[in-house]
Amino acid sequence: MKSMIRLAAAAALAFVLAPAASAETVKVGVITTMSGPFASLGQQMDQAIKLYMKLHAKDVEPHKIEIVLRDDTGPAPDVAKRLAQELITRDRVHMLSGVVFTPNAHAIAPLATEAKMPLVIMNAGTSVTTTLSPYFARVSFTLWQSSYPMGQWAQQAGIKSVFTAVTDYGPGHDAEAAFIKGFTEAGGKIAGSVRMPVANPDFVPFIQRAKDANPEAVFTFVPAGRQATAFMKTFAERGMREAGIRLIGPGDITTDEELPSMGDVPLGVVTVHHYSAAHDSPTNKAFQAAWKQEYGANAVPGFMAVGAWDGMHAISHVIKQLNGKIDGDKAMALLKGWKHESPRGPIMIDPDTRDIVQNEYIRRVEKLGNANANIEIGVIPAVKDPWKVFNPPK
Amino acid sequence: MALHPIDHFAAGHRLRPIELLPWALAVGYFFLPNANLPLGTEILIWALFALSLDLVLGYTGIVSLGHAAFFGIGAYAAGLAARWLGWTEPISALLFAGLVAGAAGIVSGMIVLRTHGLTLLMLTMAVAVMLKEIANKLGWLTGGADGLQGIVIDPVLGLYRFDMFGRTSYVYALVVLFLAWIVARRIVHSPFGRGLVGIRENATRMSAIGSPVMRRMVTVYAISAALAGVAGALLAQSTRYVTLNVLSLEYSGDVLIMLVLGGMGRLYGAFAGATVFLVLRDELSKISPAYWGFGIGLLLVATVLFARGGLLGLVDIALARIRGKRS
Amino acid sequence: MISAFIGILFDGLAYAMILYIISVGLSVTMGMMGFANLAHGAFAMAGGYVMVTLMQQLGLPFLATLPLVFVIVAAISVAFERLLYARLYRAGELDQVLFTIGLIFMAIAATTFVWGPLPQAVRLPPYLMGQVDLGFRTFPTYRTFLIVIGAVLILALWLGLERTRLGAQVRAAVDNRRMAESVGINVGRLFTTTFALGSGLAGLGGALGADILAPTPSYALEHLVYFLIVVAVGGMGSIRGPFVAALLLGVMDTAGKYYVPDFGAFFIYVAMMGLLLWRPHGLFGRA
Repeated sequence: MKSMIRLAAAAALAFVLAPAASAETVKVGVITTMSGPFASLGQQMDQAIKLYMKLHAKDVEPHKIEIVLRDDTGPAPDVAKRLAQELITRDRVHMLSGVVFTPNAHAIAPLATEAKMPLVIMNAGTSVTTTLSPYFARVSFTLWQSSYPMGQWAQQAGIKSVFTAVTDYGPGHDAEAAFIKGFTEAGGKIAGSVRMPVANPDFVPFIQRAKDANPEAVFTFVPAGRQATAFMKTFAERGMREAGIRLIGPGDITTDEELPSMGDVPLGVVTVHHYSAAHDSPTNKAFQAAWKQEYGANAVPGFMAVGAWDGMHAISHVIKQLNGKIDGDKAMALLKGWKHESPRGPIMIDPDTRDIVQNEYIRRVEKLGNANANIEIGVIPAVKDPWKVFNPPK
Repeated sequence: MALHPIDHFAAGHRLRPIELLPWALAVGYFFLPNANLPLGTEILIWALFALSLDLVLGYTGIVSLGHAAFFGIGAYAAGLAARWLGWTEPISALLFAGLVAGAAGIVSGMIVLRTHGLTLLMLTMAVAVMLKEIANKLGWLTGGADGLQGIVIDPVLGLYRFDMFGRTSYVYALVVLFLAWIVARRIVHSPFGRGLVGIRENATRMSAIGSPVMRRMVTVYAISAALAGVAGALLAQSTRYVTLNVLSLEYSGDVLIMLVLGGMGRLYGAFAGATVFLVLRDELSKISPAYWGFGIGLLLVATVLFARGGLLGLVDIALARIRGKRS
Repeated sequence: MISAFIGILFDGLAYAMILYIISVGLSVTMGMMGFANLAHGAFAMAGGYVMVTLMQQLGLPFLATLPLVFVIVAAISVAFERLLYARLYRAGELDQVLFTIGLIFMAIAATTFVWGPLPQAVRLPPYLMGQVDLGFRTFPTYRTFLIVIGAVLILALWLGLERTRLGAQVRAAVDNRRMAESVGINVGRLFTTTFALGSGLAGLGGALGADILAPTPSYALEHLVYFLIVVAVGGMGSIRGPFVAALLLGVMDTAGKYYVPDFGAFFIYVAMMGLLLWRPHGLFGRA
């Protein structure tokens, strides 16, 4: 009897104390890669999310964001799908995000559709991905966005023949196809192509092959954060520059995190990409400063961090607009056409494709003070994913 | 009170009540209100995979670091059949995948089983690595590194759709594992199975007494490959996605770890190992997404130092102690 | 044509030197004690990290770090051997495999914790960068350096094995452990010494090769296959076998990727299968 009274009193008290506009806790499940050979990618994502929560969690008040972060161990769609299932059915998250690798996103697609679960993709950059579920929206990039304009630029810059060397997996194939299309349409000539195994200890044979083909430039894509330094070093060691061969590629080969450890080797390399840590804008300066304050003066946030940072902004936009009550269809309607001033520049989510529209910058690696930096020397504004333009939905 | 070998044989053949315990637990878990069925399904699939390895490693002494070759062949067989041939009926596809993997087991068994030790280890591994490279090169067929997407699977028996809570997958995997366990149990308690243990203990002597060692080894290798293939097909059907990692060295290594961790040559070791390994990995990676590997490593090291014979070996020792005190 | 071929031989040789220096210790320990130490690559990784740390934190010059790396990694390995490995000499092969894989997992997590997940970059001194002109053609300086230093190390190793007392004991213990014990060789202590030397060499190889195989947390797992191929093809317990195997592997891998890049990743596995089916105990192993 006593306990009954106490219970009733507690209930009454709770009722009185409840604020007029109820404060919701929105759970966001983040699936990313925190262990294994690709752990550095998930680490950047994780750090960006933590920094965002520290600085911007108050933006959604009175509501709260709760992050449930899980490790998918790398390109492992079976694990990623199971984690998504767990997050949806057991942790009862309201939105999903993260996803470094394309196959992981693809495996989650049917689930997202079935559960009407919005997924804000913070990295996975294969063009076709966003077409696989109406609940996918991407804030990162596609490889076509950088590599197709790279091909056009190369021809305009007076490069007549290019040898392509890409890693033999999805993103590598995308980069290769996009560059070749952009370059040959503009009248350039492909001097040869190789695809390099994913697990590849030594780049010498491929670079030697490129050298023997005697092109004016080598276009390359290797997985960000792991192999670019090794590729770059071997490129220099082979005397490619002395032979008058330039190195070009998407920004994955000169990521801001890896640049400091490359020494003088990458100076002069031209890339096309959506983000440089040296991008000159107040938003970016504030972002860089906040990052350094949190993670140390030598820490550099790269495009992976910016993808996660903007992804969190997109998520909090949805939470604010829906007043904390997340509904899959309403969330997607809000994400479509969402505009934002990102550290990379202005971005928008294309209402038709739910894919990112952003500026692509032509950058050259130069010394900025003592450190290497991707200095922007040109900009192509508001680039839509070219692959979707060439392959319209049937 | 040492058992005569024949009595031991007979005693092993009879079903002891304790053997039903894992099944009771697995069925009971399904009805728990907050059961993690996706993880449960993964455990069942890996348990089947580890069970298949137990036949060759635990009972016959064939060390393989490439068993994912058959797991992957099964996964791709089921996935490709559903994707390209419209073979969306799951149960027949499972059998088809088992047959394909079994056939691959015969072919590769005839080549690699002539060796042993480190050489055998390297050859089994090489087979899996080459298959993975082939699957990568056949991107137009397999989707390459991006994976095989667009797999459609019919409801099981035309009734049970694969739902996002993982209920269908769990029950489906449990039934398949149970059937596979019955098959494996019959094999190891048959004269053929006793012959396998003989090969493990002393292959030279077995051939001296006229046992067709090579043929038996290839046979059990093919059966094991078929079971691994069924496990792979289960994964493909429940994930509705296949990528190259089903053929990877990591998967070959993980299944070996699970089996040795649980305890080899006892069928149930596969269940214990898969459960402990995957549950621990899941829990640890929730606590520390980046450093959970340390805990897993510690578990393996501690198992070897303090529980030689795997986790079930530890149970044996504990039971023996209790019995010893009683008598 | 000829020039390209010479280039491949040269690159393959430099690569082979690293593989050999890292793997030779594994071959000897596996041959002598039958110990399947899959974590051997972790010592090579440790070598790379120790070198980078000595250079960056203490500002030591590259060459000065090399002997230190050898000593430090050898010392670490002795601690591991005495405290952990020694308990498992009589254990089954699979227990050893499980144990050493456990060590790899722990090493990966610990390394990530201390140095972070990104690969470490080595800043070579300027005199080792660029190209060197050997009269008839130019070669990359660092790889030339690798070949020279590798050759010196191998010569020292082989001479030591033939001419010193320790070398004779090692040969005896690999040949027939029981016989060696019965003539009064303390195989346990000999093994500790050999293990330390082998691990120290692996550390040195890891440091020397760090410019090509950059130190990353998952190093021991990523390159394990290559080290095992060298041991299996060369023949367990052999000192010269692994050199020939490393040479074949280095040259074939490089040549395969150069001439048929589309099937570059297949080459070494096809070659290994062929060699192992032809000689199941390795090129220089005994039945």
